Amino acid sequence: MTEERGGASTGSEPVGMRPPALAVEKVSHRFGRFQALRDVSFTVERGAFAALLGVNGAGKTTLFSLITRLYDSTSGRIEVAGFDARRQPGEALARLGVVFQSKALDGDLTLRQNLGYHAALHGIGGRAARVRIAEVLALVGLAERGGLKVNALSGGQQRRAEIARALLHRPELLLLDEATAGLDLRSRAEVQALVRRLIAEEGVSTLWATHVFDEVDPADEVVILHRGAVIAVGVAAEIAGSGTLAERFLAMTGETAEAIAG
Amino acid sequence: MRAGWSIAFAGITRREALRFANQRERFLAALVRPLVWLFIFAAGFRSVLGLSITPPYQTYVLYEVYVTPGLCGMILLFSGMQSSLSMVYDRETGAMRTLLVSPYPRWFLLGSKLVASVLVSVLQVYAFLVIAWFWGVEAPLVGYVTVLPALILAGIMLGSLGLLISSAIRQLENFAGVMNFVIFPMFFASTALYPLWRMRDSSILLHDICAYNPFTHAVELIRFALYGQFNPLAFAVVTGCTLVFFGATIFMYDPAKGLWRGRRGGAQ
Repeated sequence: MTEERGGASTGSEPVGMRPPALAVEKVSHRFGRFQALRDVSFTVERGAFAALLGVNGAGKTTLFSLITRLYDSTSGRIEVAGFDARRQPGEALARLGVVFQSKALDGDLTLRQNLGYHAALHGIGGRAARVRIAEVLALVGLAERGGLKVNALSGGQQRRAEIARALLHRPELLLLDEATAGLDLRSRAEVQALVRRLIAEEGVSTLWATHVFDEVDPADEVVILHRGAVIAVGVAAEIAGSGTLAERFLAMTGETAEAIAG
Repeated sequence: MRAGWSIAFAGITRREALRFANQRERFLAALVRPLVWLFIFAAGFRSVLGLSITPPYQTYVLYEVYVTPGLCGMILLFSGMQSSLSMVYDRETGAMRTLLVSPYPRWFLLGSKLVASVLVSVLQVYAFLVIAWFWGVEAPLVGYVTVLPALILAGIMLGSLGLLISSAIRQLENFAGVMNFVIFPMFFASTALYPLWRMRDSSILLHDICAYNPFTHAVELIRFALYGQFNPLAFAVVTGCTLVFFGATIFMYDPAKGLWRGRRGGAQ
């Protein structure tokens, strides 16, 4: 299952259907001499939960920065729901919800005030905003907490609140960058379960970047990124073969077990 | 999408206002600084410094009266630098990134944030002017209305300068650096504390520096406006500098160039 330039992540190409939630085509990026990404290609189909797996420094954050237009890709093409991120950035960004590794909510403001601000950033105001905020709070199980200051929420609740924020404008693709970083085991499991439920209920496609191999289910689509290049694309169980995904990864890269421990 | 622009702007402004309401200490600190200058510095200088009649004043004025527009500029200068620096800290957290992943164009998002924080600092200026009024610094009533556009324009110029500095120079991310290298030189080498002709007596070079300092023109714009008068040169300089500073900032935040290009890891 190890593909050189993994074209599609699933075996069946839907013909004549809506474009995939995310299409990354031969994207390369360099910072000065450092080649951060090399010919990265993969797709995330509609309604899929895809994991972007790689150790720290593999290029996950760089790739996310390119998809979210923090900086421009130097080569290749990125399409969000069929919209070219470079030529139609507004359209692409409107279909994208992002949960960053770092906290985006203002701790001194209440959850509802925060969500009001972020709804406004997507042009949702007034009654429509109030209705949608109540909806997303219910979705992530924080309906009772809207009036609390974000700092008063637990770590796991804050992460769920960030996910609620990312869902405000009904994105078609949800990007999560190390969404469970710094959480205890129980909160990790909760956040994971929440995202998987959202895919089912909201129909949003997800690209979940992580360095934690345990967060990947055998049935998940996986894109393994290593030193800026895609080294495997496919269903986790198939890539793993007879062993575990982590074992397979170590065998493919020659990395030591410490590399994936953190 | 069009209707969304005003929603986005209102949302950004509301957030600034809420943050401001949550930070009363910052408001007081911003007010205490110019008041110390007015109550202590100006009182001490009053007897040392003689002022001749310079426009827009029609009579001899007390030093307190002369220095008040400069102190209004000082409030705008400090809060402009402060709010821009807070945007740098926002960049460290996810707040800046979420602002930039909004589908609206960046010039609009940054501009909205800039205008919103200027509106908040203009409130601080008015609070200062009220206290100055009780201290005996009384401008004509109409001046308190005509000074508003001058304050907003000057605030936007100083805010976009702060944005540009914070996006261009990473070493200036701490406030002490900005104080030493931006705020103090700009403030002291301007007409905020002493009129230009006084400078010429001591140093021609210093006089020229003051004359070219954009902050001088911001202060003069405010000074004239506070007396219901319009200073075309100051207006032209302040407007021109605003366009240049803000344009350069937009360039720095453009994903294809400037700030993020060639910087590994970007906002990590």
